[in-house]
Amino acid sequence: MITVGIDVGSITAKAVALADGKILGSRLIFTGYNAETAGRKVYEELLSELGLEKSAVSRVVSTGYGRRSVKFADKVMTEITCHGTGAHYLNPRTRFVIDIGGQDSKAILLDEKGKVKNFAMNDKCAAGTGRFLEVMARALEVDLDGFGDISLKSAKPSVISSLCTVFAESEVVSLISKGESRENIIAGIHESITARIAAMANRVGVIPPIVMTGGVARNIGVVKALEKKLGMTIEVSEYAQVNGAIGAAVLAASLK
Amino acid sequence: MKKMPEIMLFFLAKIKKFILHFKKKKRMKDIMMVYYMEAKSARISGRKVAWITSGGPVEPLIAMDVIPVYPENHGAMIGASKMGTDLCEKAESMGYSSDLCSYARSDIACATVSGGPIGGLPRPDMLICCNNICGTVMKWYEVQARYFNVPLFILDTPFCHTGYSEEAHKYVRRQLDEYVTFLEEACGRKMDHERLKVVGKLSVEGQRLWQAVLDTTANRPAPMTAFDAFYHLALIVTLRGTPLVVDYYTQLLERMRDHVARGISAIPDEKYRLLWDNIPIWPRTRWLSEKLASHNACLVADTYTSAWCGTLKYIDENRFFESMAEAYTRIYLNIGIDEMACIVLALVDKYKVDGFLMHSNRSCKPYSLGQYDIKKIVEKERGIPCLIIEADMVDERSFSESQVSTRIDAFMEMIRERKGG
Repeated sequence: MITVGIDVGSITAKAVALADGKILGSRLIFTGYNAETAGRKVYEELLSELGLEKSAVSRVVSTGYGRRSVKFADKVMTEITCHGTGAHYLNPRTRFVIDIGGQDSKAILLDEKGKVKNFAMNDKCAAGTGRFLEVMARALEVDLDGFGDISLKSAKPSVISSLCTVFAESEVVSLISKGESRENIIAGIHESITARIAAMANRVGVIPPIVMTGGVARNIGVVKALEKKLGMTIEVSEYAQVNGAIGAAVLAASLK
Repeated sequence: MKKMPEIMLFFLAKIKKFILHFKKKKRMKDIMMVYYMEAKSARISGRKVAWITSGGPVEPLIAMDVIPVYPENHGAMIGASKMGTDLCEKAESMGYSSDLCSYARSDIACATVSGGPIGGLPRPDMLICCNNICGTVMKWYEVQARYFNVPLFILDTPFCHTGYSEEAHKYVRRQLDEYVTFLEEACGRKMDHERLKVVGKLSVEGQRLWQAVLDTTANRPAPMTAFDAFYHLALIVTLRGTPLVVDYYTQLLERMRDHVARGISAIPDEKYRLLWDNIPIWPRTRWLSEKLASHNACLVADTYTSAWCGTLKYIDENRFFESMAEAYTRIYLNIGIDEMACIVLALVDKYKVDGFLMHSNRSCKPYSLGQYDIKKIVEKERGIPCLIIEADMVDERSFSESQVSTRIDAFMEMIRERKGG
């Protein structure tokens, strides 16, 4: 049986196809203005890449902030359940998932069977999300993909005290004008973001092994800073960014 | 000038006729309309109007035939009619901080523009402020006392971290005498203590009936939801101590018991039962009730509406005035977090809920402080999922639909997973 999970996030839309519990392939595109179009497009691109007809797909589950705009989905599930399920699929020992996406971040505690036991999400604020990093990358004129490696070269991370993305940006601008190095500023940004995430995770109650998912998991600087803050190692799968879509595809397979 | 009294008499007769017409009806809408009509025409009919905080002792006012008016009830009406954001912005342009309670902001702004759903509250002759619900009310009422240039009485109820001390009792009890003296001076006549006893008995009866109405939702399926309770609550808050309240809740109780007997459910296909914490998100009650109903979840009880009958255990109806001190001091918002958690756990058990939905209310600090601790206690003691959503009771700018929606959806997925189905 082939199932597809579609995760329409605020920045990227992801689709994953699963055949009898094995990942067939995944696809990622920018969401852009229209979430409905993005959901359809990522689905069609995935199928054509895999040479599959729509009729070959038994079921589709959608998730992500644009989950309800995927009209052809058989079921809609939240990112919380999907990220939990996805992380459990990739590593059944997983007990804790930290997902940092474009517009929100989540800490999810799983039971031994991979079911959500408790969760917390970021406040109504962009700080502690992927969007925060995007804003900072623009201010620093650095490609976001390079953020992680650059920050690891920092000797003394700057202190970014503000909790607000907009104010933090002006702090960064003032650090730039003072001649602070990019390395230190970026490392400071990572520390600021991880302080928030760690507090949220501790509120839920961290139980290892911890897995990090979402686009920000690709940023090695954030992962290292978070490991330091939590005092625990964090696993990042090569599928981190499409983890929610994997979870949706797994859930689609279990639909009655 | 000579004609004025005649015109006034003419209007008074018209208003009385109008009020009489609606008094025959027993619907909440009509009762509240009559109530506000009477309050608005108080100047013509020669009665006094007192503004009073929601947790304040209203019975002495009823006994003195003073019409009690509630800025907080008004705030809820402003919020429910989605007029809060404009009024809050108005208050902010007057110089008030956006961190100030949105009831206070909308009330302060409303007084200056006579806006809102009922064109503003009737002008007060006096203000009664009891700080058992929060500290903000003191400054808020001081602002209004200056604005309207009317006397203000503050009833200071010490916070009960644990228990209720003899010193606290003496302190509050003495203030109750001062309260009566204040009313006698403001009204220019003596308190009829026999009448106060009658009002006290009616108040207790009203509270017992309200508790009985809330108890009906312990049945499965629940005959009403907490959203219904938010609506029916208006009378026990504003007019307790009057026969009107007793009549209204007697009928409501009969109707709910009939629903229970006939198995009539408040929401179609009740599968999950939830408990609510904090003041409702007034502009979003319909949205939230539809959202929960779409998950087959019924909000069966809450810590908010039960607060108006929560201190019955401290009231001695034969010594009503004396026992008021304890009853008004030991209300839900004036006790320690451990005791609050005990009350929540009792509600979890009584109404057999599957989850606890908490509103972290940007406006109401005393209600929202300690929610994370209470959440932890409930999770540990009863093992049910708990969710905190962030919003505001009136100010819609503090509400983000898609964020709240995702959290509730995920919360319901958790509950469904646990219960199966």
